[in-house]
Formats: sequence, structure tokens, C-alpha cells
Amino acid sequence: MADREDRAHLQLDDLYREVVLDHYRRPRGRQPLSHPSCSVEGFNPSCGDQIHVALTIDGDRVNELQVECRGCSISVASGSMMAEMVPGHDVAEVRRLIEAVKGMMQGKEPDPAVDLADLEALAGVRKFPVRVKCALLAWTTLEEALPGISGPA
Amino acid sequence: MASSSPAGSTKPPSQGPLGLATHPLRPSDIRSDSVEGARSPLDVAAIRRDFPILSRRVHGHRLVYLDNAATTQKPLVVLERLNHYYRSTNANIHRGIHRLAEEATALYEETREHTARFLAATDPRGVVFTSGATGALNLLASSWGHWLRPGDEILLTEMEHHSNLVPWFLVARERGAQVRHIPVTEDGRLDLTRLGELLTERTRIVSLTQVSNVLGTINPIRAIADAAHAVGALVSVDAAQGAPHHAIDVQALGCDALSFSAHKVLGPTGVGVLWVKPDLLERMEPYQGGGEMIREVQMDGATWAEIPHRFEAGTPNIAGVVALGPALDYVERLGYDAIGRHGEAIITYALDRLRGLGGLRILGPTDPTERSGAIAFADPVVHPHDLSTVLDQEGVAIRAGHHCAQPLHRRYGLVATARASFYIYNDRDDVDALVAAIESARRYFG
Repeated sequence: MADREDRAHLQLDDLYREVVLDHYRRPRGRQPLSHPSCSVEGFNPSCGDQIHVALTIDGDRVNELQVECRGCSISVASGSMMAEMVPGHDVAEVRRLIEAVKGMMQGKEPDPAVDLADLEALAGVRKFPVRVKCALLAWTTLEEALPGISGPA
Repeated sequence: MASSSPAGSTKPPSQGPLGLATHPLRPSDIRSDSVEGARSPLDVAAIRRDFPILSRRVHGHRLVYLDNAATTQKPLVVLERLNHYYRSTNANIHRGIHRLAEEATALYEETREHTARFLAATDPRGVVFTSGATGALNLLASSWGHWLRPGDEILLTEMEHHSNLVPWFLVARERGAQVRHIPVTEDGRLDLTRLGELLTERTRIVSLTQVSNVLGTINPIRAIADAAHAVGALVSVDAAQGAPHHAIDVQALGCDALSFSAHKVLGPTGVGVLWVKPDLLERMEPYQGGGEMIREVQMDGATWAEIPHRFEAGTPNIAGVVALGPALDYVERLGYDAIGRHGEAIITYALDRLRGLGGLRILGPTDPTERSGAIAFADPVVHPHDLSTVLDQEGVAIRAGHHCAQPLHRRYGLVATARASFYIYNDRDDVDALVAAIESARRYFG
């Protein structure tokens, strides 16, 4: 039994890396913003996960980002990492990061110009295809919140 | 709850028209001398041998299939019937004047008669084959919707599957009708104290589930149907979760329409059944237009075929309908009395074991006799998706999410639950595997 459990956990360790579990247990960036420039609600209709993304924009730069996710460890951790990484970057950089995360989930060659930092820990999600949408929920919601061609701001 | 057994359950074993045995189980497989109340009367080991998929392995483990409320696995007799139909009979029905078309039509219509007996309906013309329970409910909502006027009300319940909500929303919006709902109580029952105020002379339609796909709650259909009829409303019963576990008797339930899905009762996917009282079906507007549903077509109009063909436009899932026959045979041969007692035994055991874990929030009635099929629960630490992934690694298949019942989850302040749902081939070992895997997931995330 212990052996069987170990084998199962070996597979799971690819998905639930320690850094992922840490973000899940202590999600970053949940503090509400006093004057958000834009906020968007994201849903994963197939499983019910909900996410609230709010940001303040200063010129071309995303200054602050609030992420509040009700979901599984993967969607919460992904949102938490996003809240940690995105503030301080300009919109074009954030868009490149979003593309890089999507690319990682599709198994594409990484863009050497983009530093994925903790997000590298989500690479294992690829082996669990049904969970890819969990990892992307925060990022597709952020994409909607960004100003520009596809955003409502 | 209907208590009478389906008419088909007492008929003698027979050979199917194709020479395939339609009785997968010998009478000796059914243990009637059940030793104690909580023991299953079914010989689960013998039943399991009839389901080839149950011998496959998942991630190196025995498959523990606990997602039966989503779809059941198929016994060999159903798979063989599908195969045999395509290999020996395949033809379009009702039109061709050749041997294969005659045989295919006979098989299809025999299944209609069989389905009528399964529902204890007297007239097979009330049985319409659709693409699934969702297809059946959309047909019904669309057609009954023609009779709605602005201000009319449709009464649903808070525990409905989306397929018994959204079709009614669509027609309500189109016709200016209002949708109301019977709320559920904290312990997962319909709050029938509200029925008196919710049912008024404006209520034209009441549509509700026989058994909740999340809570497992068995609803008192007859009482609600009688109250609905007293104000002149039509009553539709969603038996998608009820039909696998309970003998259906449309007379005893007192409903005007009832739908269920073949694939949740051991049959193939892509087939649903809508039963409507024939005199009512006779007056209903067609749903889809096309071949088969017409009597005569001019360039500026058409007249409709007789019921039930009026509601079966186009080529139906003939093979799927034909293979529903041996699926119904299978459950009828086991008998709903034994299936019901088996279900109650396993739900009782599973509720006990899950409660024993401590800390789980288990939805639905606490009394196992008031529920069937499914147990949905939430762990305070491990999210249902994570739980489902961990369980999958141990070969245990459950469902995680809102199970197409978002309003119900919202009612309980949840966005998702984990759901284990049981059927005739599940036993205590499966429950034990589920519980062990939950413990393992808790250690992993804890």
C-alpha cells in the first residue's frame, strides 16, 4: 500500500511541485485595490472555478494587480504567481508573458526573452491535459482586463 | 416513488430477434437470501464479469469506476447487440422496401414497445426516441412552450441539472413567461412548505427531477404532481438519475411527461427517451422538421406524421436504440427490488465510511433510504479537482466540479464538489478504495 501510494505520488509530484502547493496554501495578491482601472471576472464553465482580476494601469504599465481565485490548487497557484510577477511590467511585456504561459501549456519551445520564474513549476500540468484550463484561467482573464485591442479598458 | 415493478421484469427469458441471448444473468446470480439488511442482494462478482471495461487498469491500478451518474459502463450484451446490428442488419428505418430495412424497423419498434413496458406505459405511441435526456427536455420545453402566454409560470426546483433549467429559460424568454423554483433545504430536500404559494393558477408547467444528480435526494413526485394538476399545470419528470435506480411507473408517478437517458442505464450514448401521455403528445407542436416526421409536403407547407414519428425527424440513432433493448433487459432481469436494495446498501456503507473520515461536508439527506446513486462532498483542504486528479492516479474515477448544477452549488456556498456515484457493479471494495485514496490525497496536501 505504501509502495503503491509512493508510485502514485511520484506522478503527482510533477503536477503538484512544492512551489505550487506553497502558492496554493498562501496565495499572493489578494488585497483589494482601492482604485482599480479595470476588473474582470473569469469563469471556467466546465468546472465552476471563479477568478476576480483587478489592476491599475499607469501609462503603459501595470502598477498593481489583485487576483482572487476560488478554485483548485493549480488555478489558485497560477493566479498567485501571476499576481507576484505582473506588477511593474508594461502591457506589451505582460502580453508576452501571457503568450509564454500559453505556449508552455501547449508544449511549445520557450521564448528565451521571457523569464517564467516560479511559473516553470507549472510545466508539469501539461501531462494532465484536463488541468491545463485550470492553469490558464488567471492568464486568459488577465488578457481580457488588459487595455488594447482585446480588452474592455 | 413508484413502487411497482416494470412490466418487462416478469416476462420469460427470450432470445432476441437476432439470436443473441438477452438474459446475461442466470437466476442463480441473484442472491435472494440476503443475510443481513445492509448486504447487497446482487452477486457483484458475477455482474462485473459482464462488463469488459471493468477489467482494465488505470495508472497501474484496478479501475474503480464511481462516475455512474455521468454515464454507466456497458455490459457485453449491449456491445454485442451494437456490433451485431451493424454487421447484420444496418439499414434506414420506416422507408426502405427491402429485407434489411424491414428488420431494422422491427428491431427499432420492438425497442419502443419494450421501453413503454419499462415505463409501465400502456401505449408505445407515447415513447419518442431522442438524442439524450437533454434532447428530450429541449423537445418538451420547446413544444410545451408554444402554449405559454406572457405572465404564465414554469415551476422548477433549485436542485435541477442545467438540462432541466436552460431549455425552460429559453422558452420563458421567448414567450414572456416567468420561471420560479422550489428551494432546497439545508439537508437537501425540496422545501415543500413553499409549494402552496409557488403553485398558482398562473403555473402552466412543473418540471423536476426524480433524483438529484448531486444530492441523491429522491423527490416525492406523486405528491407534487397531484398538487400541480390541481392548479391545472402539466408535469414533467427528469428521470435521468431515477431510471437507473428505481422502477419507473408513469401511472404511479402521475406525470404527463418523463425523460431519461439510455447511457445512464447501461445503454449506448446518443439515445434518450421522452415519454408523453399519447393524447397530449397528439396535441403537441413538432420540434424539429425534416424527413420521417411528415405525412405530406407541398412547396408551401406540410402535414405531420402520426405520433410518435412526428417527433422523430431525420434518421435516429437506430443502432443505439436497438442496443437499449438488452440494456433494459439487463436491469429488468436483476430486478429493481434487488438493484434498489444493493444501492441502499452501498450508499449506507459509503456514507458511513465518508463520515468516518471526519471533516468532509457531505451534501444531501443523512438518511440513506431517502437518497440513491450519488454522494457529493467537499473537503476543507483538498479542492475537488485536485482530489479527482489524485484519485485518478490510484485508478479511482469520480467527478469533480458543479455537475451541471451551478444554482444548487451556489445555494450551498460552493463552486464545486467531488461526487462518487455507484451502480450495480460497485461494491464495498470500491468504497474502501475511494476512502483510502481520499486519505492519501489529504496526506499529500495536508
